[in-house]
Amino acid sequence: MDPIKESLLKTSKAAKKEKKGKLISEFCIALIIIAVVAIFYFVASKGLATFFTNKINLWDFLTKTDWNPGVKDSHGHPEVGALPMIVGSFGVTFLSAIVATPFAIGTAIFMTEISPKRGYRIMQPVTELLVGIPSVVYGFIGLSVVVPFIRRTFGGSGFGILSGTFVLFVMILPTVTSMSVDALKAVPRHYREASLALGATRWQTIYRVVLRAATPGILTGIVFGMARAFGEALAVQMVIGNAALLPKNLISPASTLTSVLTSGIGNTVMGSLQNNALWSLALLLLLMSLFFNLVVRWIGKRGAVK
Amino acid sequence: MATEKEKIITTSDVHLFYGKTEALKGISLDFNKNEITALIGPSGCGKSTYLRTLNRMNDLIPNVTITGTVKLGTQNIYAPDTDVVELRKDVGMVFQQPLPFPFSIYDNVIYGLRLAGVKDRQVLDQAVETSLKQAAVWDDVKDKLHESALSLSGGQQQRVCIARVLAAKPKVILMDEPTSALDPISTAKIENMLLELRDDYTIILVTHSMHQASRISDRTAFFLQGELIEADATKKIFMDPSKKQTEDYITGRFG
Repeated sequence: MDPIKESLLKTSKAAKKEKKGKLISEFCIALIIIAVVAIFYFVASKGLATFFTNKINLWDFLTKTDWNPGVKDSHGHPEVGALPMIVGSFGVTFLSAIVATPFAIGTAIFMTEISPKRGYRIMQPVTELLVGIPSVVYGFIGLSVVVPFIRRTFGGSGFGILSGTFVLFVMILPTVTSMSVDALKAVPRHYREASLALGATRWQTIYRVVLRAATPGILTGIVFGMARAFGEALAVQMVIGNAALLPKNLISPASTLTSVLTSGIGNTVMGSLQNNALWSLALLLLLMSLFFNLVVRWIGKRGAVK
Repeated sequence: MATEKEKIITTSDVHLFYGKTEALKGISLDFNKNEITALIGPSGCGKSTYLRTLNRMNDLIPNVTITGTVKLGTQNIYAPDTDVVELRKDVGMVFQQPLPFPFSIYDNVIYGLRLAGVKDRQVLDQAVETSLKQAAVWDDVKDKLHESALSLSGGQQQRVCIARVLAAKPKVILMDEPTSALDPISTAKIENMLLELRDDYTIILVTHSMHQASRISDRTAFFLQGELIEADATKKIFMDPSKKQTEDYITGRFG
């Protein structure tokens, strides 16, 4: 055999390394996929048991307002109406996103367009700090500052969706802000120059070109913030009042899917209806975060095509 | 010269510093109305920097100091009472990268008019058609005015960018290597268009292509290392330059 052929037929050291590396990364991917599938399977099997094993009507689950899985109502059906929690979760999520968005966009514009140097030096550490604070601290501050404030200003006990909104607003602000900053920074400098060269003022450039070009990115940030607000359990639980009642207004005690889950999961017996009903709430949460993810992907795709 | 042409931009002794580095070393150059003036010279000679002093785009870069006078008509554009926004409406600019805004073609073209507060649909429609025709891109895009401008080819995008400037009705159009990112066919289209636009606009064009300068410009100015070496009628510059450096550059014997 001639030496060229021989060397071509032999697997080189580099090729072997490449193969090994590929194998390791494939293994890691497989592990993650298995974990995700397992979680879905577990939550789904438990959560669906409420409807298949315990024969709860799915429609009742989503629309009834009495939550007390251990108790049967006058017709002999267990009381598993999750509507109060669904309303609570969506309430705090949307309200906090609505409150946080203008602040986040304003901050992001300041950091990227108005005063990049100073804005960055101050706001970057601030946003990073806000992300790093544990949620129990937020909850504690909410409990000792926000709740009394609401009680004094609006009356009632102070616990409720409004308090939850305020706490979540601060918690999701850094997420929305930093993603808005990224979106604004990704707008080519050229757009700004072209706009100014056409006789636009700086403000006209920001709202007619930069914000418009960054809209998909900013929307993604908002949805990420909403996903975080939707999934936050501890801080909300500390300020929302934890009453599984349909909230009458923003300052009446309410509850969210997460708050009911965290307070109830330790007090129920595996396999019982009480336990399965909580898993159904968890399944609902999981489906919602899946939905938020799909929305983000959809926005990203639309932004890319444009 | 037989008749003295009307001057639209006059600059005298323009110095520009990036921090402490002097990028323009006292440029005095005038531009005639309804002519195409080409600015040529090797990379880094200051021709683009000079172009950007004419509509104060250099203001956007920190640490830039400019001295000397630049007059549009009789107004010194660096005078404290000059409104930069108004200036840029009179002196439009086309950039090297053909990069329209990520909006529809229609919205791109009317951008300048929207800024000016024009809302009348008929006026806007008319302006879109006129400018796109002037920019020689109407036939390519007339059926997809409301589609994204980013779906067009590079040459079409650059012509939409030119239409965007034309719609704002400037007096002077600055062009910073508008065809250097384009293929020869798109380049030819844009060159022909510029020759037609000359009747209504004054065009100042930075180009790396000597052929482009000789094909379409009336006057040519040669820059070297931040200095203006020579400015004259294009024929004169290319046939019989008075400076040795100009001749060396034009004949490719440079360096």
